[in-house]
Amino acid sequence: MQDLFFYLFAALTLLCGFLVVANPFSRNPVTSAMFLALTIVSMAGLFVLLHAFFLAAVQILVYAGAVIVLFLFVIMLLDLKEEQRRTANKFGIVTGVISVGAITVILIKTIFESHATATVATPALEGATQPLGRMLFNDYVLPFEILSVLLLVAMVGVILLSKKDLR
Amino acid sequence: MHIGLEHYLVVSALLFCLGLLGVVLRRNLLVIYMSLELMLNASNLALVAFSRFNGHLNGQVMVLFIITVAAAEVSVGLALIVALYRKRQTAHVEDLTTMKL
Amino acid sequence: MKLEALPWLILFLPLLSAATITLFTQKNRELSARLSIGAIVSGFVLSVIFIAANGWEPLQKETLVTWLEVGDLQVDFGLRLDPLSLLMLLVVTGVGGVIHIFSWGYMREDRAFSRYFACLSLFTFSMLGVVLANNFLMMFIFWELVGVSSYLLIGHWFERASAADASKKAFITNRLGDFGFMLGILIVWALAGGLNFSLIEDQLKQNPALFGSMTTAAGLLIFCGAVGKSAQFPLHVWLPDAMEGPTPVSALIHAATMVAAGVYLLCRVFFIFTTPALHVIAWVGAITALMAALIAVQQNDIKRILAYSTLSQLGYMVLAVGVASPTPAMYHLTTHAFFKALLFLGAGSVIRALHHEQDIWKMGALSKKMPTTSATFVVGAAALCGVPGFSGFFSKDEIIAAALNPRHGSLGLFLLAAGVAMLTTFYMSRLVLVAFFGPARSDGADHAQESPKVMVLPLLALAVPSALAGFFGIAQLYGKQLGEAHSSFQVLAMAASLGAVVFGLALGWGLYWNAEKDPLPERIGPWARMLRNRFYFDELYEATVIKLHDTIAAIADWFDQWIVAGLMVRGAHGTTELVGRALRLAQTGNLQTYAFLFVLGVAVVLYFVLGK
Repeated sequence: MQDLFFYLFAALTLLCGFLVVANPFSRNPVTSAMFLALTIVSMAGLFVLLHAFFLAAVQILVYAGAVIVLFLFVIMLLDLKEEQRRTANKFGIVTGVISVGAITVILIKTIFESHATATVATPALEGATQPLGRMLFNDYVLPFEILSVLLLVAMVGVILLSKKDLR
Repeated sequence: MHIGLEHYLVVSALLFCLGLLGVVLRRNLLVIYMSLELMLNASNLALVAFSRFNGHLNGQVMVLFIITVAAAEVSVGLALIVALYRKRQTAHVEDLTTMKL
Repeated sequence: MKLEALPWLILFLPLLSAATITLFTQKNRELSARLSIGAIVSGFVLSVIFIAANGWEPLQKETLVTWLEVGDLQVDFGLRLDPLSLLMLLVVTGVGGVIHIFSWGYMREDRAFSRYFACLSLFTFSMLGVVLANNFLMMFIFWELVGVSSYLLIGHWFERASAADASKKAFITNRLGDFGFMLGILIVWALAGGLNFSLIEDQLKQNPALFGSMTTAAGLLIFCGAVGKSAQFPLHVWLPDAMEGPTPVSALIHAATMVAAGVYLLCRVFFIFTTPALHVIAWVGAITALMAALIAVQQNDIKRILAYSTLSQLGYMVLAVGVASPTPAMYHLTTHAFFKALLFLGAGSVIRALHHEQDIWKMGALSKKMPTTSATFVVGAAALCGVPGFSGFFSKDEIIAAALNPRHGSLGLFLLAAGVAMLTTFYMSRLVLVAFFGPARSDGADHAQESPKVMVLPLLALAVPSALAGFFGIAQLYGKQLGEAHSSFQVLAMAASLGAVVFGLALGWGLYWNAEKDPLPERIGPWARMLRNRFYFDELYEATVIKLHDTIAAIADWFDQWIVAGLMVRGAHGTTELVGRALRLAQTGNLQTYAFLFVLGVAVVLYFVLGK
């Protein structure tokens, strides 16, 4: 049953990912954004299969709830229709696909040659929200605080950048 | 066949390379940004899988951090794109050649 | 040894004076001259004092300071004091001092008066260094210094192109010989492991076959240095041209001291020459003597005649060394220094009186206008010809006798020496009869006046030893160190040289007494032209050596222009530019190109890290 779900979610993730990058039917960024939302949701499914329930929730909340909305917001803000008119550079596509394909082949070959022998998780990790929070505020409290500063800086930066007259 | 670490890693690698392909091929800055998000998510998946199959939570903490940083990055990046669009009336990488002398 | 510091003082006083003049007293002409003259005259006085205190053979022969040690090469800076160097010390400082004083008068109107005296002092320093050096390297250094200072002095009037050319010619020709000298020194060092004269002499004395046949090579190479400096055939061409310098310089450098350095060197390292090397030396000397004497017969410039006679006399000295008789060589060198300096200074006096007229056919009747100069000049000429009683007679006679020396000499050398003696008398009588007697041949000669005292007194001072040096026992002094010359052919030689003098004088008298112009060209035709043109040596060298040099230079130029500058320099810069242009194509400014290149790089790195 779980295997079935894995294959389902994995296939969905990859398919939607592919449609984000190269949708043969539409080159509209809105479509890409929508498929990105689908990718993220199916990936949240994979997270659930991996017993990372808290992360699955965060994934949906942050990505689907905030990031995608932000994307759509910007797309609507800028009137982006131009890309449809442009023809793709054949040479660029071929070389790009070849080099990325090479990386893919190398990575997958490495994965299969490594014979990962990790065991399945111990039951202690079930429902990991509580231990995760404990760990975050014990072992990782300094990075956590730094991250909060980062968020603050990002917020200030964004406000500054969005001001009408950039100097 | 039982689902193991390799399966998740393969999915992660494929997703990562899809994102990379998008960065290299697409011309729209927004789509390039989305592809970047794909790549980040791919690494998230790999980290969660490692966490699960190695039996400790460090990977999940890392993913949490990555999501936070990605959110911050998206907000700043999109703000930059908007600012750029206001100046140049374009969100196309081919029109942005100020790096050439 | 008493007064050990004196030789050092004698050596360095002229250097001190040269430095002082150059650095401080350029403006003050009188003071410069006084400094320079003071340095060399006090050198002479100190030499006399030193010899009076220690005798001719100081107990401790050398004083040493180790100058540098490199590996197993130890170079000393030391003074060698023996009869040879002490007597040369007297000659250099004595004759040099007289010439310094004469210069004071002769150069009075020269603009670069101070520079002239600074160069003279530098030259004196170098020459004293050559005389006192106790090892090959030190001698070589001073040898080169002599070359430099002679370059400076010949080119004193460097505004004149001919003087500048002559100084260059002298320097370069000398360098040619010095190159051989240097190779010789290197061979000696390789063979003997040291450079000190006494060390090598001892080694060779103990075992004459120590170095094998390399000794001959080393000896001949060292002889090359002497050939350059003493202007022997075939490197003799620079000496006549060097007459472009001021006349006192000609007297000092190209008559009395510098050219004698070559002969001095030969005598100093006489122990190194093997029999084959000596044969070469003897014949080179003999050929030089004959050739120079022949050329002198048809020259008209008073200084050039003297220059070729110097060449000829140097040939004699080298010939004497070549027949294993260094004592007569040094003896002749000493007497020659006196009378040739006298002749040059006399010529200088005449030239000055005639407002720089040097052609003997525009002189004449000077014996009435300039009695002292004429009298001393005749004394010098008599000494040069070897008139019995004068100094030249004794020294030349010994050389002619030595030429018959059964072991090294031969009848051919003897006949050559005697023939050259005859030629010497002939051209000197021509010079004296045309320049000083007969009718005045130009207005200048008609109104000539005797030179001032500062110039006449040195002439008198030099006339005395020129006439009487034969009675001073100089030969015995040299003999103490170099071995007595004893020849069983003394009488025959004396007869030959007497005959040569009488015959030459008669010939000269017959041809040139009251002659209006030179009768020889009509009598011997093309031969005279050949002699006048100095056997076309300059033209020959022009056509061969200089052409060859020009060709090599052209090839080197081509190589530099096309291979070095064209291929290598421009090639490197072209390649860089090409690569730069190619790489510029990669800078599109397009973000995606960079992203693509980045991906490509990642792929390559991943391949090397993971994929292999």
